[in-house]
Amino acid sequence: MGLFNKFFSKEDKESLDSGLHKTKETFFSKLGKAVVGKSKVDDEVLDNLEEVLVSSDVGIDTTVKIIERIEDRVARDKYLGVDELNNILKEEIAGLLEDNNATDQEGLSLDPTKKPYVILVVGVNGVGKTTTIGKLAARYKSLGNHVVLGAADTFRAAAVDQIKLWGERVGVHVVSKGMNTDPSAVAFEAVEYGVNHGADVVIIDTAGRLHTKVNLMNELSKIKRVIQKFIPEAPHEVLLVLDGSTGQNAVIQAREFTKATEVTSLAITKLDGTAKGGVVIGISNEFKIPVKYIGVGEKVEDLQVFNREAFVETLFE
Amino acid sequence: MFDNLSLRLDKAIQNLKGQATITEINIAATVKEIRRALVDADVNFKVAKEVTDEIKEEALGQDVLTSVSPGQLLTKITNDKLTELMGGKLEEINVSGSPAVILISGLQGSGKTTFSGKLANYLKSQGKQVMLTACDIYRPAAIDQLKVLGEQVDVEVYAEPENKDAVSIANSAIKYAKSNGKSVVIVDTAGRLAIDEQMMSEIEALKKSLNPSETLFVVDSMTGQDAVNTARTFNERLDFDGVVLTKLDGDTRGGAALSIRRVVEKPIKFISTGEKLDAIDRFHPDRMSNRILGMGDVVSLVEKAQQAFDEDEAKRLNKKIRKNQFDLNDFLSQLQQIKKMGNIKDLVGMIPGMGKAIKDVDLDDANFKPVEAIIQSMTPMERENPDLLNGARRKRIAKGSGTSIQEVNRLMKQFGDMKKMMKVMNKSGARGLSALNPFR
Ligand SMILES: Nc1nc2c(ncn2[C@@H]2O[C@H](COP(=O)(O)OP(=O)(O)O)[C@@H](O)[C@H]2O)c(=O)[nH]1
Ligand SMILES: Nc1nc2c(ncn2[C@@H]2O[C@H](COP(=O)(O)OP(=O)(O)O)[C@@H](O)[C@H]2O)c(=O)[nH]1
Ligand SMILES: [Mg+2]
Ligand SMILES: [Mg+2]
Repeated sequence: MGLFNKFFSKEDKESLDSGLHKTKETFFSKLGKAVVGKSKVDDEVLDNLEEVLVSSDVGIDTTVKIIERIEDRVARDKYLGVDELNNILKEEIAGLLEDNNATDQEGLSLDPTKKPYVILVVGVNGVGKTTTIGKLAARYKSLGNHVVLGAADTFRAAAVDQIKLWGERVGVHVVSKGMNTDPSAVAFEAVEYGVNHGADVVIIDTAGRLHTKVNLMNELSKIKRVIQKFIPEAPHEVLLVLDGSTGQNAVIQAREFTKATEVTSLAITKLDGTAKGGVVIGISNEFKIPVKYIGVGEKVEDLQVFNREAFVETLFE
Repeated sequence: MFDNLSLRLDKAIQNLKGQATITEINIAATVKEIRRALVDADVNFKVAKEVTDEIKEEALGQDVLTSVSPGQLLTKITNDKLTELMGGKLEEINVSGSPAVILISGLQGSGKTTFSGKLANYLKSQGKQVMLTACDIYRPAAIDQLKVLGEQVDVEVYAEPENKDAVSIANSAIKYAKSNGKSVVIVDTAGRLAIDEQMMSEIEALKKSLNPSETLFVVDSMTGQDAVNTARTFNERLDFDGVVLTKLDGDTRGGAALSIRRVVEKPIKFISTGEKLDAIDRFHPDRMSNRILGMGDVVSLVEKAQQAFDEDEAKRLNKKIRKNQFDLNDFLSQLQQIKKMGNIKDLVGMIPGMGKAIKDVDLDDANFKPVEAIIQSMTPMERENPDLLNGARRKRIAKGSGTSIQEVNRLMKQFGDMKKMMKVMNKSGARGLSALNPFR
């Protein structure tokens, strides 16, 4: 397998300063020159592809997987032109990302038999859980839903104030029991409030926790169990929020949070920066979890429904 | 993922065995493995290339026929190289000036505000008159967050919630600090992306106007390939003095440390290893190198284990027991102590490979999670006066904590027994908190 033969090849003298961008801009033209009319992708192309992927945090294992897929396709199809190759490349990468299987474009339509639709939001510290909840609440509300939030981050300083401010901003009710209270009790009351007040959606915020902290991960499992005492099939969605600038540790985060709470969907935040969030490709593929949303800023409107093709496109920008 | 670089290298290096020296040809596969290992650990792809080229140069010509395996030899060369690259002489933060101003900068969610609280606490313990200043005027409740932290470490927090101009807030803060005898002002700022021109201009203006003695760049140790872009831009705009690496209590390999160090050539002055305000530490390049190479952070581990038990708290509880004032709050606090010991398991999780093995072992404190939840579902009054807990109250508590009445009853009985035992202990003069652990 020729992938690492020229890993970081010597000819590559680009300085650290301007390297990444230059490479990406010319990636497709190089790709075209190197492969048109041939039946095998040569090493230089693979090196370039690898550089693009690895420097977008795709990770080595997934990069190898992608390159193998491209090689297979090329051997089989014998492509004709650059455009076609570009498409193959993007298709192969997008193919690794789980389909969201949403019944609607937005992925926000609600099944009337699941009322209230309970979403538990989890993730490590500072990734953007609370902000994503604020944005999501606004989205659901704008579609005419009655939304309730649960302030179950009772640990981080002023976390309850933060989500309350989001509640005010968006105009939705926030159920809270104050700081340093039992998060399960808050989650329980939020769901209870949602049921009693005919809410369509209940979104529960939780404190950030590193997946290595056994106690805190157990606490999450417990929050889930407590919610289930009230509505057995809830939470209907467990949304894991990942920071788009996180590297390979995100894979372990996904694994551990899935163990503790059976994550059903992903959101990647902070993609308004220069980070690409490529690690999510391997995650989505390995754990079969779809990416539902991306965060592209701090304002209430800065939430987008994930689009596989558009995401892959940005890796090559 | 791999657990041990040296094992991996041993495999890659088989062609080296039986040859007298390391040569360009026989080392090629091994160098590739090292690059791969570094990139797996989130070291920037180009930095990894440069560094491994240098490692190769150093390794060439070295004798293979020694008592160590070639894999071990190269691991050692690599480890030394990384340590050297991240090292240099230990640089203190500069707190000269009256007052000294410390400007905190970084991306959103990297841990700036938490670190500001920690640094305040740290400098205060060195006898400085510290003040915190809240210049994050954007994130909801950011000011409240800093205020809470300030309260926790007993450091005054300067804020102007109505003022939407960070530079003006900071300047008033310094004026205030001068006339109130403060020697250090820590300025917490909003998170910002390196490409957000408006926000980068703001922090640049803050720096110009305040002329801080120390500007720190706070970065999440889980950051991937993009760390170099961010660090470079912040450095170009702020010419910061040092880096703070946060969230090292997790199991990230932390390759960003190497990338940043290499790209901006500024020292890593502190590391942050938890959400609690004493979780601040010095940076140790050798440990970081071990960590990036997947060799575990054993030294830190041992030190942490030693710190876990809080003597003061134990003393306080003993006193209350002697006075027969032990209530459910104290009980909870004691559980938390035990839980802290449980955290050692988290720390063990920091050792790659080891973490997985030990995680499933039942040294688990899951047993007392329900107990904690039950107490937390009580009102403060109930916690102080457990006798208040009649049937109706117990029912409410069971519901709130997601437990059953039986569990609540069991806990209350245990607590009652414990108090009885304490009385006896007090009479007979016996002491010792270990007797209180209901789970032994
Ligand atoms: N630029 C940017 N910042 C974000 C995004 N999402 C969240 N943030 C910021 O990241 C920081 C942490 O967000 P928060 O929601 O408090 O994270 P939590 O600790 O996971 O709840 C805040 O400063 C947010 O404004 C995003 O998509 N883009
Ligand atoms: N586990 C862990 N969490 C941390 C550490 N430093 C900060 N945090 C958490 O990370 C999140 C973001 O921290 P914050 O100080 O608000 O970041 P800021 O947005 O940069 O001001 C919060 O949940 C903090 O409790 C650390 O060293 N370890
Ligand atoms: Mg939050
Ligand atoms: Mg902050």
